[in-house]
Amino acid sequence: MKNLVVNPVLNKEFKLRFRNFKSYLGVLFYLLALGLIIVGFIFIESLSNNMQGFFKPDQSRTMFMILSVLQLALILFITPGLTAGVISSERERQTLNIMLTTTQSSASIVLSKLISSISYLLLLIAASLPLYSFVFLFGGVSPGQLLTTMGFYLFTILAFGSLGVLFSTLIRKTIVSMVTTYGVTLFLAGGTAFLALIFMQLNNAYNYSAVQPINPLAYFPAMLNPVIILIGTFEPEIINEIARSTGIEFPLWISYLISYTVIFIGALLLSIRKLRPNMRKG
Amino acid sequence: MIEIIDLTKRYGKFTALDSLNLTIEKGSVFGFVGQNGAGKSTTFSILATLLAPTSGTAYVNGFNVQKEPKLVRKQIGYMPDFFGVYDQLKADEYLHFYGASYGIPFAEREKLIPQLLDLVNLSHKRDSYVDLLSRGMKQRLCLARCLIHDPEVLILDEPASGLDPRARVEMREILKELKSMGKTILISSHILPELAEMCDIIGIIDQGKLVAQGSVADIQAQLRGERLIIVKVQEGIEEAISLFEDDHNVSKLSAMEDGLSFQFIYRGTAEEQTEMLKKAILNNLAITSFSEVETDLEDVFMEITKGVELT
Repeated sequence: MKNLVVNPVLNKEFKLRFRNFKSYLGVLFYLLALGLIIVGFIFIESLSNNMQGFFKPDQSRTMFMILSVLQLALILFITPGLTAGVISSERERQTLNIMLTTTQSSASIVLSKLISSISYLLLLIAASLPLYSFVFLFGGVSPGQLLTTMGFYLFTILAFGSLGVLFSTLIRKTIVSMVTTYGVTLFLAGGTAFLALIFMQLNNAYNYSAVQPINPLAYFPAMLNPVIILIGTFEPEIINEIARSTGIEFPLWISYLISYTVIFIGALLLSIRKLRPNMRKG
Repeated sequence: MIEIIDLTKRYGKFTALDSLNLTIEKGSVFGFVGQNGAGKSTTFSILATLLAPTSGTAYVNGFNVQKEPKLVRKQIGYMPDFFGVYDQLKADEYLHFYGASYGIPFAEREKLIPQLLDLVNLSHKRDSYVDLLSRGMKQRLCLARCLIHDPEVLILDEPASGLDPRARVEMREILKELKSMGKTILISSHILPELAEMCDIIGIIDQGKLVAQGSVADIQAQLRGERLIIVKVQEGIEEAISLFEDDHNVSKLSAMEDGLSFQFIYRGTAEEQTEMLKKAILNNLAITSFSEVETDLEDVFMEITKGVELT
């Protein structure tokens, strides 16, 4: 643990990242985007309800959901950008070879790179916490729900971040690694939802009886989709509907945790293995 | 000490290294000479544990590069031919980063870094951002980085490439200093006369094969067996020419414009050459100068590599 805390790569990455003015601009624009959406939502809602100029407390729950999904979308958008170049950019900058001839282990380099990248995302999320105070101002959401959402973000960032690090290790060019990571993220965040929807619709389309048919296919893309899981924590009916239609009662969020833990560990192990050449195999 | 045994590296059908065998003694400076693509950087990359050989192996201070890469990394300081730096780091932060990467405690690094910066004449740039340093300064900083963990072996791939003459001289002086510190240095360069001055031994590599190895003089003798000799006499040049022409090892003899000198190619051994000179003296030739022309290392290199291409 001490090695990780005082890790030279982590230390260097923090220095490089936070000496860069673009990092502060990133935080600024992130908060501006979220802030504008919250203010805009409150403004529109207060105009559209019967008592003009007032924001109903029960709408704050909707606002929380919108804010959370939006934050997830931003996370899924930013994570590949931050992680898909961590190794390949060192390679392109011609600093990787020198780093690899030091006595640092491959695991230490890969983990430090991942942690330094996601720490910036964690900073963005932490900086956005005051915006959630708008939600608490009007009530309707429990602190536990907020903590669950934050935990979900952390887990998702780690999982998708590890994919970025993997592609960055395997692919020499940062631009190709970036495109690949965005492609995979798009598939996992959007494609899986689309597949789940198609499977469920197919199920209904060929059903002529009164009993709802069961087809487990939709469960698997759904369990990989972070958006469905997040919305499911607010609206359990969505999860129940998937369980009814697929016949699989096993909680979707546990499947999500298991599958992405496997992806996370697999991606990291492969990155660590592929960072340095296998000297025994020419 | 570095020991390379039958080292071969193939990329598909292309053979970058072809059964290379080489031994570099501890504390010596070995110059690796070769054209672009001859296999120098491939050899260095394998020694630096950055590339796996197809067959054969290499040892650095007794540690096998394939079986004990971690231990090899402790032994070496590697400077690649092309390298980048972290622009947002200052010179001393750059060295701190690599020092920490080798597990050197902060307090020790604080003592070590000023000494290293002093060695490479960069003390005044300690707080400068690396991207503001000149090319030569970056090269020297990279050399200081190689030394941060006090390695016994330095693997320097073209350390003087792209430097202006002054920076090259500075780099050469630093390398001489390192040589005096007893480091085993493996260095490649295209600036051949500089290598000749710095290195104890030179190896010429071409198309992945070591075509010559030894001191500059050895290589000349080993590969050419011919020496250009210029003789100057006070008087009686015709008699002198006549006497030297009779020697079966002499060829291409020609008189020079000053009317007192002539030159010829000599193929004999050193002993035969001595006998020839004795004979001339005994024949009362008024010889004022008898000198062997030093062949430029670049000429030797060009001839050797040309020869290899022809075969």
